[in-house]
Amino acid sequence: MLDNFLIRAALAGVGVAIAAAPLGCFVVWRRMAYFGDATAHAAILGVALSLAFSASTIVGVLVVCLGMAVIVSNLNERGMAVDTLLGVISHSALAFGLVAVSFLTGVRVDLMAYLFGDILAIGISDLIFIWVGAVIVCGIIAWRWSALLTATLNADLASSHHINPKREQLILTVALAITVAVAIKVVGALLIASLLIIPAAAARGFSKTPEMMAGLAMLIGSISVVSGIQASLIWDTPTGPTIVCCAAILFGVLNTLSRGMRG
Amino acid sequence: MSLISIQNVSVEITGQNILHDVTLDLSAGEILTIVGPNGSGKSTLLRVIVGALAPTKGKITRQKDIRIGYVPQTLAIDATLPMNVDRFLSIPRWASKNEKLAALERVGATNMMHKQMTDLSGGQFQRVLLARALLCEPDVLLLDEPTQGLDQPGSARFYELIAEIRAELNCAVVMVSHELHVVMSASDRVVCLNGHVCCHGTPETVSNAPEYRALFGAQTGGALALYRHEHDHGHDHHHEH
Repeated sequence: MLDNFLIRAALAGVGVAIAAAPLGCFVVWRRMAYFGDATAHAAILGVALSLAFSASTIVGVLVVCLGMAVIVSNLNERGMAVDTLLGVISHSALAFGLVAVSFLTGVRVDLMAYLFGDILAIGISDLIFIWVGAVIVCGIIAWRWSALLTATLNADLASSHHINPKREQLILTVALAITVAVAIKVVGALLIASLLIIPAAAARGFSKTPEMMAGLAMLIGSISVVSGIQASLIWDTPTGPTIVCCAAILFGVLNTLSRGMRG
Repeated sequence: MSLISIQNVSVEITGQNILHDVTLDLSAGEILTIVGPNGSGKSTLLRVIVGALAPTKGKITRQKDIRIGYVPQTLAIDATLPMNVDRFLSIPRWASKNEKLAALERVGATNMMHKQMTDLSGGQFQRVLLARALLCEPDVLLLDEPTQGLDQPGSARFYELIAEIRAELNCAVVMVSHELHVVMSASDRVVCLNGHVCCHGTPETVSNAPEYRALFGAQTGGALALYRHEHDHGHDHHHEH
């Protein structure tokens, strides 16, 4: 069954969608959308560095993403505005990454594959890696769910229950870095944030509780992946962007429906 | 034995001295009110008690495994976060349906279980926050400006409720407020804060203290008059304040 590249692609995409959905909910609730973007863009720098040092791409991406997160939270504590800070770091990481890749002679780098993903080229080992990553991310989120939710509601409220809001923020950051490393092959660095945010946003209108929103986001993300792969075959379009288009269409439809139901 | 003991605590935030040499003890079952002008460090002191802020100098000791029921001043729930009352009452620890119903009934907020938090009125929201704090079975209830946005009868009712709950649970209560007269009448002990502890004692002592009068100036007369008026005489006549 796994011999079929379409089935591998679908399984890989669904794995990423399932990991990204609950994490994406926190990204949306905590207004970290730009942070997700910055982490994903920094991944290109990670790719370049790992190629330069002939290390595993995954390790490079993880290290750079985590490093970026630490820098952002430190500078933020010194009172710099977060959105400005992220704007600077996100795009300079991407630019430095692209420049660094151009210095790599002798290595043929398919940059497009990292920017927009190459889901149809996913092999068995990629698939295993994606699912291990997805299980780790889901495990982290499930384990910290209540603490993360309390810290998201109010930092002082979390402190009153002996929950350290800074630690929870760090845990989210680590989960985000793992998700980016896992998702880069599926939708590419430029579109990872959309897989975090769009399914969560689409689920909002029909959810009464945080858990319901996370569950619905998983479902919406998975449907987007499967239908996106189908559509890209039918119309011969790039698969990663087509998946995101499907998610966006679902968002539009569900948002309109939920507004209509509320009258 | 005191539940929480604050010894010579100073807090500096970005080089600014917010609290200076504050010493304070909280005993089981007492209602302690912190009053003070804007910027006097009331909220900072509360954040130290909650454990959100470590003192720069001095030390705070809490009874081991102390349970704090915290009612924050505001809780801005992001519009993207779906949260009904039922789910909110299980934060951070899961509570059973019956426990939740009982807590809501205790604070006078029945029939709200399935409403979204963002659909509640100011008064309902405060009561649900209080119900959540009660579900923690607190040793200390911590309330930061709990009646902000309530009208005067509304806040008077809220403080009555606090007094009743204290009597039932025998938990200590720490409140921060600027509504001097209402709060002082409901307190066992008052601490007047202005970066440091200006004066403390029973509501009577504090309202008579020259430090307190100096801080609150013209307001003092009215607050004091009303305080005496309501509690020393118990009859009703018109007077200016």
